[in-house]
Amino acid sequence: MSSRPEVVGPPELFYDETESKKYTTNSHIVQIQSEMAERALELLALPEDQPSILLDVGCGSGLSGEVLTENEHHWIGIDISRHMLKVAKEDNESDGDLILKDIGTGIPIRPGVIDGAISISAIQWLCHANSNKENPRKRLLFFFQSLYACLARGARAVFQFYPQNAAQSELITEQATKAGFNGGLVVDFPNSTKAKKIYLVLMTGGIQNLPKALTDENESRSRVEVIDRRNHGNMSSRNLKGSRSYIEAKKERLRRKGRDVKPTTKYTGRKRRH
Amino acid sequence: MGNSNLKEFVDFNHKKKKSVEFNDVFVKRMVPKIDYPVLVQAAKSVGEGNDLPTELPPDWENNEEFLKNLHELLMSVEIIDGELECPESGRKFMIREGIPNMLANEDEVEES
Repeated sequence: MSSRPEVVGPPELFYDETESKKYTTNSHIVQIQSEMAERALELLALPEDQPSILLDVGCGSGLSGEVLTENEHHWIGIDISRHMLKVAKEDNESDGDLILKDIGTGIPIRPGVIDGAISISAIQWLCHANSNKENPRKRLLFFFQSLYACLARGARAVFQFYPQNAAQSELITEQATKAGFNGGLVVDFPNSTKAKKIYLVLMTGGIQNLPKALTDENESRSRVEVIDRRNHGNMSSRNLKGSRSYIEAKKERLRRKGRDVKPTTKYTGRKRRH
Repeated sequence: MGNSNLKEFVDFNHKKKKSVEFNDVFVKRMVPKIDYPVLVQAAKSVGEGNDLPTELPPDWENNEEFLKNLHELLMSVEIIDGELECPESGRKFMIREGIPNMLANEDEVEES
């Protein structure tokens, strides 16, 4: 990565109107964000067949939240950029409840309410101080403490992030441990520069084994395994994104909510001809 | 800032209701998580939840009418424009376009 946005400036200023729109209309970003959100959700290991109440930390324009909605969960999203939240609300019609807040100042939710938290490419922002009043170490600790408090017993929190260096991921992990979490880093495809993804998996209540990382030893095989695992339980009926049945299911969901939905025709789900 | 008891008093200028399908399992899981009397109090301050009792009825688990009303209150009422007030500190949080603003600094509250 040549330029890291968190080095450039505070998130509420970096993600202005233009940058927020750019982020959400870039199909490459959208795809990667959704994939990482899927994986984070899988790492949460939620009980099957019941809708959970999840938290999306640094939810941005609601790309990861959409994955949560598709899996029939309710979610609350917190972000510091009002423009990102505006895109989430207006353009993406996010189903989550959105809160405009700096996560470094804590999570404003009653104790024990949240069944799991995910965070996609957000936590590294807390490692940067944007004024001399901000202490990254203290802000991280305060954030993790308030997160710990609002999680239900046994709930997990999974953070996908891009650490700038080893010291940064150490700083984050250390503060999480101090706040009472168990867990550690799960690194998927560690030997691939492109596919490598880092997830901090935090667990409450007792020491448990970390979930296994995906490896690139045999990338195609592990991808199949992922799909296999996802196909258990209520997810077996899930459709491939973009397919006609997927679109029909989504339309049906929106219709049930009373939204204005275009009728399904023979053109639904077809590729546009040029 | 007390993290636990926000969302107590709500004042509003504009609210919206959407229709949501009743989900028995979900609402039963929500009941132990909410501070019921506070929720009802907050709901009444915006003219909602008038068919709900002020205290949680002892038979709530089997009282379908109650569960339906509660589900509707939880899921379908949305404040578009208004404010949240913390009863402890008296601090107010503006809600604009359905998003409560809980940024820490007062000078960040103004519209951009």
